[in-house]
Amino acid sequence: MRQLYESQRVMRNMRRSAMQRGVVAIIDVGTFKVACLMLRFDGRERRSEVDGVSSMAGQSAFRVVGAACTQSRGVRLGEIETMNETERAIRTAVQSAQKMARVRADHAIACFSGATPRSFGLTGTVNLTDIEVTEHDLARVLAACEVPDEAAEAEVLHAQPVNFALDYRTGLSDPRGQMGKRLACDMHLLAVDPDPVRNLVHCIKRCDMELSGIASSAYASGLSCLVEDERELGAACVDMGGGVTSISVFMKKHMIYADSVPIGGDYVSQDIAMGLKIPATTAERIKTFSGGVVAIGKDDRQMISLADGSGDREKDDRVVSRSELIGIIRPRIEEILEEVRKRLDIAGFEQLPSQQIVLTGGASLITGLQDLAPRILGNQVRIGMPLRVRGLPQAASGPAFSSSVGLCLFAAHPQDEWWDFQSPTELRARKPLSRAVRWVRENW
Amino acid sequence: MRKMTAEGRRDPAPSLIAYRMQRLWLTPSFQFAIKAVLPAAAVALLANWYIDGEAIRRTLNADIKDIRRFVAERPEFMVRSLSIEGAGGQLEGAIRDIFPIEFPASTFDLELDRIQSLIEDLDSVASAELYIHPGDVLHIAVNERIPVAVWRVGDALMAIDDEGSRVAALSRRAERADLPLLVGEGADTAVPEALAIAAAAEPLKARLRGLVRVGQRRWDAVLDRDQRIMLPETDAVTAMEIVIAFDHAQNLLSRDLGAVDMRNPRRPTVRMRAGAVDELRRIRALEIGGADL
Repeated sequence: MRQLYESQRVMRNMRRSAMQRGVVAIIDVGTFKVACLMLRFDGRERRSEVDGVSSMAGQSAFRVVGAACTQSRGVRLGEIETMNETERAIRTAVQSAQKMARVRADHAIACFSGATPRSFGLTGTVNLTDIEVTEHDLARVLAACEVPDEAAEAEVLHAQPVNFALDYRTGLSDPRGQMGKRLACDMHLLAVDPDPVRNLVHCIKRCDMELSGIASSAYASGLSCLVEDERELGAACVDMGGGVTSISVFMKKHMIYADSVPIGGDYVSQDIAMGLKIPATTAERIKTFSGGVVAIGKDDRQMISLADGSGDREKDDRVVSRSELIGIIRPRIEEILEEVRKRLDIAGFEQLPSQQIVLTGGASLITGLQDLAPRILGNQVRIGMPLRVRGLPQAASGPAFSSSVGLCLFAAHPQDEWWDFQSPTELRARKPLSRAVRWVRENW
Repeated sequence: MRKMTAEGRRDPAPSLIAYRMQRLWLTPSFQFAIKAVLPAAAVALLANWYIDGEAIRRTLNADIKDIRRFVAERPEFMVRSLSIEGAGGQLEGAIRDIFPIEFPASTFDLELDRIQSLIEDLDSVASAELYIHPGDVLHIAVNERIPVAVWRVGDALMAIDDEGSRVAALSRRAERADLPLLVGEGADTAVPEALAIAAAAEPLKARLRGLVRVGQRRWDAVLDRDQRIMLPETDAVTAMEIVIAFDHAQNLLSRDLGAVDMRNPRRPTVRMRAGAVDELRRIRALEIGGADL
């Protein structure tokens, strides 16, 4: 736990210094694409004099000055598989983003979707030393949360206190200064396998940049695609990526659950390639231009050419009807959605007051998804676009970039995490003198 | 995962060196060095290399001189005459004699500082101000030294002003008979006091030969008939006035005295000559009846 504190604090300090220097690179390492956004922080946002709300609802402190996206290489299921290839892909994206921004970034904030994220709900309880809840009590109650062994071995990406309870009152977001006897805390901890994280850190270091923040792409997508009410009342954000479909559930403005399904849009392309015996690139193109999930009568007559310029007439003359294509695509999409449904059921999603589900990510662009998804996920389903941020080019503002945009928001307005609170005395074994001083100060 | 073979598509990723070069280029300090420092250095180097030839430098210098002369000799910059203010006829002549430049001259060639120090080096000039009138006249305002006394050093005579500075050399005392004569080492440092004494001795003016500085600290007033009034270091004027008062009351100075010693003002002393002493003794002998002394 000590180590976790320190590494996360180092990252937080680096993020602060990067924001002071003004430029941060946002890198989304996905299975299908690597996106890089360059953020420029230019001081405080200007608030309207009438209602005190800024024009972009608090998101105008930064501006996207460079954006680039390239085909991902060496990534499988959201995890880096071939380091050299991934490094090249990241370099390509970073270079063209830097070229557009005309500025170099020394700090990067990255997100990724793989490494099997697991959610843990932790609970901790302490008796208050004083009648009033102080900052120190918060640190103590957070430290009292019992971390399961499984999570202790894993890399912790997010650890956010989501709820505080004081005696018999629960649902407090900030109990500081309130009176009570017993303080309890619920914390959501998102842990991932440590090795893919280390690979990512190493990969970014090899691009001459310092990693100053890391986030799960499920969390980032939720930040950018869910509107405020949805995040307050309860909603799930399903980021359908190339290799992984990640799920994050939000409630009371906090992420309370995250999971991932290791199936994504790339599988659809692979199915098409195998089913129609065409190259993967052609399959990808056909899926993008002609794909869909709901077939109508007209689709039987719409023939799609499978020509890919191979020069072989037998191959180039082949055609397939759109209904056949949909017949290949639909089962895979259904499988993804059913898998998502299962995960949400395990998480107890139906207990939330509102059960909005927002689909986003590159695979959510497939035609007809808004008709198919309600049959599996329920009525409250919509396709989510990420929030508009300043300076983001049109090409990079679709659902495929929701986790990149979410990372921008994460960089500009990070939520309080565990390590942002004062570290409790129990973890400061190395400084006996300050412990003694603190003990004296608290007891007299 | 997807291998890019040599015959396939070119690898779109930048090489590590290209990537690092781009990042280096995007470093602000590096850009400044390339865009500003390097061109400036190159220009400086080229200019230096070009000027380095002897012949080129000579022609360049000649060109620069030509341009300078062309500008300097514009009529707007020419001075054609000299006007001197505050100097007597003799001094004005002296200034014109030593004036180093012939008119017409360009203002570029007039070194006013040097001319000023040259003029101020003249004995009878206290200070001089030079300025060029917007027309074409160089104006010199001279503050002349006024001689207030004649100082004799050895055989030489000179007129000095009240600061003790030399104004002019004199060949004969009679040239400035109106000024008091000062003698002695250090007389020039106490000219105002000497003038005050001379003014106080106005009733004796006909008899006053001059003032002698004694031991660089006090004055003696020397009268004709080899008489001397020895004045104290302080309040010499008062002492002089006392002597004048004695003279008025008792015709002190018309008697056969060698000196009136006022060095201690509370005890004025009279030094008689040998003849006067004999005469006094004779008169006293007469009074007491010893006629045949």
